[in-house]
Amino acid sequence: MTLSLFALQLLNGVEYGLLLFLVASGLTLVFGILGVLNFAHGSFYMLGAYLAYWFAERTGSLLLAMLIGLPLMVLLGLFVERFAIARLYARDHLSQVLLTYGLVLLFNELQRSLFGNEVHGVATPPLLAFRIPLGDQAWPAYRVLTAFACLAVAAAMRQVILRTRFGMRVRAGASNAEMVEALGIDVRRIFSSLFAAGAALAALAGMLAAPLTTVYPGMGEDILIVSFVVVVIGGIGSIKGAFIGALLVGLSDTFGKVLLPGFSSAIVYALMAAVLVFRPRGLLGQPA
Amino acid sequence: MTVPLRVRALLIAGAAALLLVAFSHDRFWLQFLGKAMITCIFAMSLDLLVGVTGLVSLAHASFFGIAAYLLAGLSNRFGFVNPLLTLPLCLAGAALLALAIGWLSLRASGVYFIMVTLAFTQMLHYFFNDAPGFGGSDGLYVNQRPQIGPLDFSNRTASYLAIWTALVLVYLFLSRILRAPFGHVLAGIRGNEQRMLSLGYPIGRYKLVAFVLAGSLAGLAGYLDATLYGFVNPAQFSWRQSGVLLMTVLLGGKGTLYGPVLGALLLTFVEHYGEQFTSHYNALIGALIIAVVLFLPGGLAGLLRSARD
Repeated sequence: MTLSLFALQLLNGVEYGLLLFLVASGLTLVFGILGVLNFAHGSFYMLGAYLAYWFAERTGSLLLAMLIGLPLMVLLGLFVERFAIARLYARDHLSQVLLTYGLVLLFNELQRSLFGNEVHGVATPPLLAFRIPLGDQAWPAYRVLTAFACLAVAAAMRQVILRTRFGMRVRAGASNAEMVEALGIDVRRIFSSLFAAGAALAALAGMLAAPLTTVYPGMGEDILIVSFVVVVIGGIGSIKGAFIGALLVGLSDTFGKVLLPGFSSAIVYALMAAVLVFRPRGLLGQPA
Repeated sequence: MTVPLRVRALLIAGAAALLLVAFSHDRFWLQFLGKAMITCIFAMSLDLLVGVTGLVSLAHASFFGIAAYLLAGLSNRFGFVNPLLTLPLCLAGAALLALAIGWLSLRASGVYFIMVTLAFTQMLHYFFNDAPGFGGSDGLYVNQRPQIGPLDFSNRTASYLAIWTALVLVYLFLSRILRAPFGHVLAGIRGNEQRMLSLGYPIGRYKLVAFVLAGSLAGLAGYLDATLYGFVNPAQFSWRQSGVLLMTVLLGGKGTLYGPVLGALLLTFVEHYGEQFTSHYNALIGALIIAVVLFLPGGLAGLLRSARD
């Protein structure tokens, strides 16, 4: 492997890892704070990608498609929280898994009825349809933008959680929701906005990924399972853990595809198995 | 676990009715009910984990699938047709896989366990879908079905009778286990893990044994499925399979054994007639799952019990 190919794979791995982080952070936030394991999280990613495709096709602009699509996904998130997730707060894991699994089936059917079963390509915005030379390789500018967009979102998320009143209430609600409620804060509203934010993060990742991966049925399940691996590696409920886990998975998957073609998917799971053996609660997970 | 008398009568009548169907020689019903009984075995084996021990596993499809693929491999590569040889080998394969996945997954608990079991199942799904020599997404045919003396699995009646026998034996075996001290320890683990630990039970080992036992029985279901249909495919490893099976257990009533049997029978009918009735069949199943979780958490068995009171 030449140095420039190595650098290219490194950048691709980081970029894929950052996209994974957008999905996994929503998953881990919703579990850490609402206590619900949401299998339909991958569906938000899938619906985001389909909305990006559908609106980009009609408006001719991916950016415009995102600006229309994201509010729609926030609304969908609020709706799903209100009518399904809110009923799960006091229920056991089995009910959570099954109800959100039922949602996955409904969303898949929605996708099939609205957009059909074909694979759709989404054009890279013309402004970004060039490549940045990298030795004898070239890095697509769109991937650069994706990586930076994800980094910006991650930084913004950190600021919101650590520095704002809303973030403070989220953290307080996570450690003791009853106490926060007793102090006169509407925890239910915090929960629903948090869930909607998680849905929007996943949808944003799907929208950003649409030109890179194409848009296809089943993309939600694929990303959901990789996000699970990320969360297990990083430690559930930990945003920092999700960040580290996402980068590890992104890099090992990208390099695996080059170095061990045919076994690339197995590498990610081997990584998970190794973490389970040595740190069963994840790299940054809290001890039981 | 005590089975109410009316349920016991219902089960015996049901088993007798299923046995009578064997003599109808009707191709459709033999295959349809054969499949339904295989799902019953599969669902009961998961109930040992979900309902009895309190372990929500999504890895169950793996053990079903691995036994089915092993049968295809043994029959196609080595020409093994004797079930006295292939059945133990396939069950041992499922048990070994369950031991490996269980040992790793049980290091995690709660939602970690759920996510990890799903991830390993998906890994196997990708493997059998992508690795060369396994027929890709089309799967493999079982060239020659198991056969020994007069028992020839390519004969539908014989294969149906074998499945019926397996179902009855698995039910009796599992209900015996639930009454044994072992079953009580598992139920204790579901109720309060810390208490069982402080009473001196090595709960990790108990959970692993339950996981391997349930995995082997899932393997039995996979073996029977491969002999009934004569082909195997990677969809048997899919998380859809695990998810729908979990729903079968909840729909029937977890922790009761006969509940999952009722759930499996009902769902096989819903699946068959639902597919004819609507092209949005998955939405139907999705809505059914959500409705059961929200409105019928005790499942059909819960309905039967409350009808008695």
